[in-house]
Amino acid sequence: MSSKKTRILIAKPGLDGHDRGAKFIARALRDEGYEVIYTGIRQTPEAIVQTAIQEDVDFVGLSLLSGAHNELFPRVVDLLKENGAEDIKVIGGGIIPEEDIPLLKEKGVLAVFGPGTSTEQIVEFIEHGSGR
Amino acid sequence: MPLPEELKKKKKDWEETTLREVISRYPERKTEFVTGSDKTVDPLYLPESFSAQEYLEKQGFPGCYPFTRGVQPTMYRGRLWTMRQYAGFGTAEESNQRYRFLLEQGQTGLSVAFDLPTQIGYDSDDPRAEGEVGKVGVAIDTLRDMEILFDGIPLDRISTSMTINAPAAIFLAMYIVVAETKGIRKDKLRGTIQNDILKEYIARGTYIFPPAPSMRLITDVFAYCTREVPQWNTISISGYHIREAGSDASQEVAFTLANGIEYVRAAVKAGLPVDDFAGRLSFFFNAHNDLLEEVAKFRAARRIWARIMKERFNATDPKSLMLRFHTQTGGSTLTAQQPDNNIVRVAIQALAAVLGGTQSLHTNSREEALALPAEESVRLALRTQQVLAYESGITSTVDPLAGSYYVEALTDRIELEVWQYIDRIEALGGMVPSILKGYVQKQIQEAAFRTQKDIEKGERVVVGINRFQMEEKRPENLLRVDPAIRQVQTDKLSQVKRSRNSSRVQHSLSALRQGAKQDDVNLLPLILEAVREYATLGEICRVLRDEFGEHKETIVL
Repeated sequence: MSSKKTRILIAKPGLDGHDRGAKFIARALRDEGYEVIYTGIRQTPEAIVQTAIQEDVDFVGLSLLSGAHNELFPRVVDLLKENGAEDIKVIGGGIIPEEDIPLLKEKGVLAVFGPGTSTEQIVEFIEHGSGR
Repeated sequence: MPLPEELKKKKKDWEETTLREVISRYPERKTEFVTGSDKTVDPLYLPESFSAQEYLEKQGFPGCYPFTRGVQPTMYRGRLWTMRQYAGFGTAEESNQRYRFLLEQGQTGLSVAFDLPTQIGYDSDDPRAEGEVGKVGVAIDTLRDMEILFDGIPLDRISTSMTINAPAAIFLAMYIVVAETKGIRKDKLRGTIQNDILKEYIARGTYIFPPAPSMRLITDVFAYCTREVPQWNTISISGYHIREAGSDASQEVAFTLANGIEYVRAAVKAGLPVDDFAGRLSFFFNAHNDLLEEVAKFRAARRIWARIMKERFNATDPKSLMLRFHTQTGGSTLTAQQPDNNIVRVAIQALAAVLGGTQSLHTNSREEALALPAEESVRLALRTQQVLAYESGITSTVDPLAGSYYVEALTDRIELEVWQYIDRIEALGGMVPSILKGYVQKQIQEAAFRTQKDIEKGERVVVGINRFQMEEKRPENLLRVDPAIRQVQTDKLSQVKRSRNSSRVQHSLSALRQGAKQDDVNLLPLILEAVREYATLGEICRVLRDEFGEHKETIVL
């Protein structure tokens, strides 16, 4: 792993309580050597952005299975920008329909990982910006 | 139960000669075989020595203690399980259409899915509802929406299950009032509210209030229904979501029954005689792919619960000892890849539920790893149940797998593991402290982490994920909920607010506030009054939030 000490915030925006994936990814990335912070469920975009800035993270990984991604993911990107933290990269995962992905990317979400994604694919993205 | 000596010796001989010889030439496919819950499976199970006395203690007769073989003497020979598809999305109007469709297709009970703002007590116009209105279920803000939801549906002839927890009392109240307006008395109503807050803290996440006031609301429902709505299932103590969060089969049963112990204890402490309310407790479990382990799980759960109720709570009414349960096939076993494979998984899981003696069943639809299901897929899932019910033959006798050496060994093993967890939780002071300390969440997460790692390493095969993958087109015609629904719902809400009598609304809400301040007041009658005046869900929950405070998650990683 080249960039040890890359800091990642795994966050659960909105009202969705499905945290199995978020917790798995948080722990798996920690095992890969990253510094990982996990917000817990039911966070507002405002709270997530505040934590991201306070914790000086490199990535925010948003996990959502409730279908509110089109509203909440871009909101996190926008709030980061408004707070002068546009260098923090936003990625997402969960139950996200294929046809929503181009729109999310257009709005500044760098990658979206769906069901069946492996830890390896996510690490590949963090390290080299490729994968999805 | 021990093997008879002679058999033990013969088995050893067989292992050392016949088996060893074959394995030396043709090794088995794996060095260790495990169940879906990662427990070792022997190559062969044998009959155990079994006296009539031991049989009666462990299995008995269906409809009799300890209910291992089923809660009814005739099981499906008498009546099939209730086919109950969990459904709801968008507005009350759209969901009402889906319910009518399902009833026309031969479904025998309703199951209402609410959207997340509704489950967490926010109106559709609340800023926290952004993006979530109508998404994972139907949006309900006031009694008006409930009237629309059940329009044209005969509430005296069907039973309705509502997946609602923190605000369960409010939805029971709304259902009662809707029935009243149709001229149906509340003692005729049949159905279930999930009303199981403890598993929300553990695994599902739609909690509002802290444990103590939440337990009070639940106990208030028990007390009220005992007197007023005697055919209602006052709670559905749910292992489903614990399993979805990644637990194994034994943990699913253990944590569910430990939650059950906590509810019974709270109600007894509040002064309710155990046999007055215990017969209306119901349960809800998951069905995963390991067919025989799942069947054993259901059998073990019945046996343990009967013993808990009899020995710990001195219940005597047989109804208090029976674990009646709903089953849903396992959502987390579905794959987004090659979604048609899910049809097969669901069939196996549904088979497990029926062989395990379920009282009602939801079968998942093939595209649920991607979206809410379209009508055509829901129909196929319902047809799966109908094929099991009418064509498979498994409904013709009671508990057909009893006496399978393997199934009985699995049943005993699960029972043993469940008691160990229950003892551990009791040692921590019961379920509430075990949750607040993060013990339960940690156990589930460890199991979930192992499972996912095993999948990534290829040690656990998931067809289409880590074996037998293929290039495929992306699925079409997925159901989408129109984001404009929030506006529709918000407009409806303002209309209701304009047409109601606001001083009466305020009056009912302050009465509720006063009641909430006193522990010995049953809140149900006060909630009923507020609902009748078209107080919104958000307004009622606001009052209770003010008085009770809000729960904060114990984050465990």
